[in-house]
Amino acid sequence: MEKYFLDAQDLTKTFPAPKGGDPLTVFENQSFGINKGEFICIIGHSGCGKSTILNVLAGLDEATSGVVLMDGREVAGPSLDRGVVFQHYSLLPWISSLRNITFAVRARWPSWRKEQVLHHSMKYLDMVGLAGAESRKPSQLSGGMRQRVSIARAFAIEPKLLLMDEPFGALDALTRGIIQEELMKIWEQTNQTVFMITHDVDEAILLADRILLMTNGPYAHIAESVIIDIPRHRERTEIIHHPNYYPIRNHLVEFLVKRSKELANPEMRTQVEPRETRKRVYPPNVNPAADVNSSSNKIIDLEKHKA
Amino acid sequence: MLRSLTARAAVLSMVLLVFFLGVWELANQPPEAKEALTEYERLMGGSEPQARVPNPSEIGKLAVAELSDPFYDKGPNDKGIGLQLLYSIKRVMFGYFLAALIAIPVGFLVGMSPLMHKALDPFIQVLKPISPLAWMPLALFILKDSEVSSVFVIFICSIWPMLINTAFGVGAVKKDWINIARTHELGKLRTAVTVILPAAAPTILTGMRISIGIAWLVIVAAEMLVGGTGIGYYVWNEWNNLDLTAVVFSILMIGIVGMLLDMMLARATRLVQYEE
Repeated sequence: MEKYFLDAQDLTKTFPAPKGGDPLTVFENQSFGINKGEFICIIGHSGCGKSTILNVLAGLDEATSGVVLMDGREVAGPSLDRGVVFQHYSLLPWISSLRNITFAVRARWPSWRKEQVLHHSMKYLDMVGLAGAESRKPSQLSGGMRQRVSIARAFAIEPKLLLMDEPFGALDALTRGIIQEELMKIWEQTNQTVFMITHDVDEAILLADRILLMTNGPYAHIAESVIIDIPRHRERTEIIHHPNYYPIRNHLVEFLVKRSKELANPEMRTQVEPRETRKRVYPPNVNPAADVNSSSNKIIDLEKHKA
Repeated sequence: MLRSLTARAAVLSMVLLVFFLGVWELANQPPEAKEALTEYERLMGGSEPQARVPNPSEIGKLAVAELSDPFYDKGPNDKGIGLQLLYSIKRVMFGYFLAALIAIPVGFLVGMSPLMHKALDPFIQVLKPISPLAWMPLALFILKDSEVSSVFVIFICSIWPMLINTAFGVGAVKKDWINIARTHELGKLRTAVTVILPAAAPTILTGMRISIGIAWLVIVAAEMLVGGTGIGYYVWNEWNNLDLTAVVFSILMIGIVGMLLDMMLARATRLVQYEE
């Protein structure tokens, strides 16, 4: 079995029972992996536990059972190795946008000199096109600019894994498009490993190497890992003309509209088999564009795909 | 012409003041002497059969006299108004900052730890509603010093609003901001100083503002009790001297100093205020 850079093994999250009710199992025995440098998006309906998975990866939340290994080591608690971009920006409102970044950079490299911290922070603020707005407080920035600061902060600490929880969910379509492109540009420059939650199918196709599809909760699980077989560098305006675009898009939409419901069966509960003997199941890799390329097999091996 | 709200409000305030003082002055004239004073009446200090509340003009005259030399000291029963106010302010400051020194760290503890919150809450709830003056006999007995006792009374009355507001502000810090601290691996102390303190500062300062108001209310009463020096003692002493003009004047001064203290805290609150 191949070794993933980030390996989530048999994650289960159960919330304790509210008074008189049954405990709620959001997802159960969920395994998946992320390779170094990969851009992974995860799509699923609200309530399927995407954010919980992200918080477990971040170390902000704990899984009821199961482990997350990163670089062979277990994730226990939050760490500067895993940067997080939250949906609501999460900037500290009482300090300027630049200070929001230097705050993170200083936490990452406590021994750095002041100029070094400042230089490094400005570099990333510049990267998201906010040079000139460094002294403004978050309240004086638009939503799009705030999210840019938040992205700059996450990239600036150069984490091994970047986690993004619907980072563009609160932005209007135009701003969203612009920031998506900026994000792609920075990602290509930094070769950052990214795990991102999104609701937007087109956004996921544009950004991701693979998209994890999650069924509806409770007892949600990642049904497939869809390979986005569209070469980089992608442009928003050109990617839609690529022959693989629509097969992929249709596959995703079909999943979200139909199969996410059909596959969500509470009988998925695997408590019958003891953990020790059960085989760990990773979601199968699927390439919806394989038919277009006249390949007979839809389910392919990731390693072959990469070669 | 007077378009600005502030200007119009100022004019209205002046009109109200003049009207109020005018009515006071005119409605409160001493009765005309019906006939020449007898020898006896002159010896007894005038023709007025009854004591009157002083008129604004008399108070104004006294105010000018007092404020032109506010810091004179001619023995225990004759000190300038400025000196008396300074005594009171000094006591308030001692008690108040001592309270802040304890209330803010304890408030942090209560706000950050659910265990401490549950454990300390009953004590706070019982001690909070006790009138600070009720502590006075106990304080005098234990501390054996009227000066220290009045500082203690200020301490005990200003600690609660600060403690409760700090705990509330600290407890209400957004989870997102705490998560920032956690994902950046900040230690407990650094989280408290760099994230929680600035986030809760406006609420803490609001508590401090409430406290200074209460402390200023209480010091007057405390000084009436313990005597010696201070604006509270001054008011009571002038009442015993039957000098109502001085009483009204010092009431006015208490109001002005209280307002200034409140304004200072309001300004400090604005400094730490942030917009989300």
